[in-house]
Amino acid sequence: MSVLSNVARWFADPTHWSGPDGIPQRLAEHVQISAESVAIGALIALPIGIALGHYGRFGNLAINISNVGRALPSFGVLVIAFQVFGLGSLPILVALVALAIPPMITNSYVGLREVDADVKEAARGMGYRELARLVRVELPLAVPLVMAGIRTSAVQVVATATLAALIAGGGFGRYVIDGFAQQDYTKLFAGAVLVALLAMATELSLSAVERLLVPRGIRLQRTAGAQRATTFKTA
Amino acid sequence: MASGCFLDYVDPWVNWTWLSTHVPLFWDALQQHIALTAFAVIGGLVLSLPLGVAAHQWPSLRNPVLAVFGVIYTIPSLALFALLVPYTGLGVVTAEAGLIGYTVLILVRNLLVGLESVPQDVIDAADGMGYRPFARLVRVELPLALPAIFAGVRIATVTTIGLVTITALIGLGGLGQLIYKGLIENFHTPLVVATVLSIALALVVDLALIGVERLAVPWSRGTAG
Repeated sequence: MSVLSNVARWFADPTHWSGPDGIPQRLAEHVQISAESVAIGALIALPIGIALGHYGRFGNLAINISNVGRALPSFGVLVIAFQVFGLGSLPILVALVALAIPPMITNSYVGLREVDADVKEAARGMGYRELARLVRVELPLAVPLVMAGIRTSAVQVVATATLAALIAGGGFGRYVIDGFAQQDYTKLFAGAVLVALLAMATELSLSAVERLLVPRGIRLQRTAGAQRATTFKTA
Repeated sequence: MASGCFLDYVDPWVNWTWLSTHVPLFWDALQQHIALTAFAVIGGLVLSLPLGVAAHQWPSLRNPVLAVFGVIYTIPSLALFALLVPYTGLGVVTAEAGLIGYTVLILVRNLLVGLESVPQDVIDAADGMGYRPFARLVRVELPLALPAIFAGVRIATVTTIGLVTITALIGLGGLGQLIYKGLIENFHTPLVVATVLSIALALVVDLALIGVERLAVPWSRGTAG
């Protein structure tokens, strides 16, 4: 019980809400590096996953990427990036982008691949060119899984960004890592609460975006889409 | 590039001489890594079998079970360990509680997928042959769910092998200890070798599980995870 009351007091302390080590600043750092990594990762991964799914080629590659992605120890990847690029946000960005890519490739591949062949035939019969078919027929139908991939990546990136504090990064991980180093269990616990809340907020807000983007015609299978998504947990 | 602190010495990515004299260090870490992973996956199976079967039997349990473990799964491992440390201390209990919590979601989900994929005709046939519900579950439904269960075990195992490295921060870590050593001593060899070993372990164990599946469930071929 004393842990929880100490943590409540920690949150009530105004000094923890301002300055370079305050919660607003740490939140901004955490969200910024995560958002940048997911955005760069999406720019790389989505075209690859969508193209592989659309052409139906290299399916084994797309699936094996998910297995290798799962096997990557995020901690090791971060520290190696740190040894290669030195201090600063570059190593963190590189490691987070690398970890963000596999879930997006696999899920968008599966999403495009699962578009009903009859529907694609019908679109061709109606005179859609290939690009129009991809953009106006296949992608809308694949939105649930494409978005599930982005959401999975984002939650993993937020989680891994916590570890970035080990290589001198900012974000909420600072409280956790410093809490461990100083054996300050109050700070440790408070930091863990913040990290957990941010991960859940990421999950919930991207689920809401997903719901908005899913075309009305296929909303009934929304839960099915979320459950078909390939799971990832690397941090 | 990072280099040895004071000397004008460039640390190679892998110092083979050092490595050759420190094989036991890696061997011990690898054994701890395997033990932590095996315990987490087996513990997860022990928990998720009754949970998954119950959630299948009583559909009103399904969503609450998936929601609770879904929330746990969303919590980053470092945060989950940190939340447990004040109660369970630094060490094995904290690590395994967190890792098992993660494997349960994967395993329950796949168990449910497997049980739900059993065709109604088969269930009717079993009923017609006079199977009681429990016998039907054990001798008809679970065997047919095995491919999905195996897919879950593979995902849970590979995931856990990656996550074990993070338990280095609570004094365990398996190969993660050596990654941590590489970080604090600014020494590339243990870092690089341990990371590569961790990836290799995950891929080898995954292949081994595919092999076991082929032997145990000859009717399932290549149900990918």
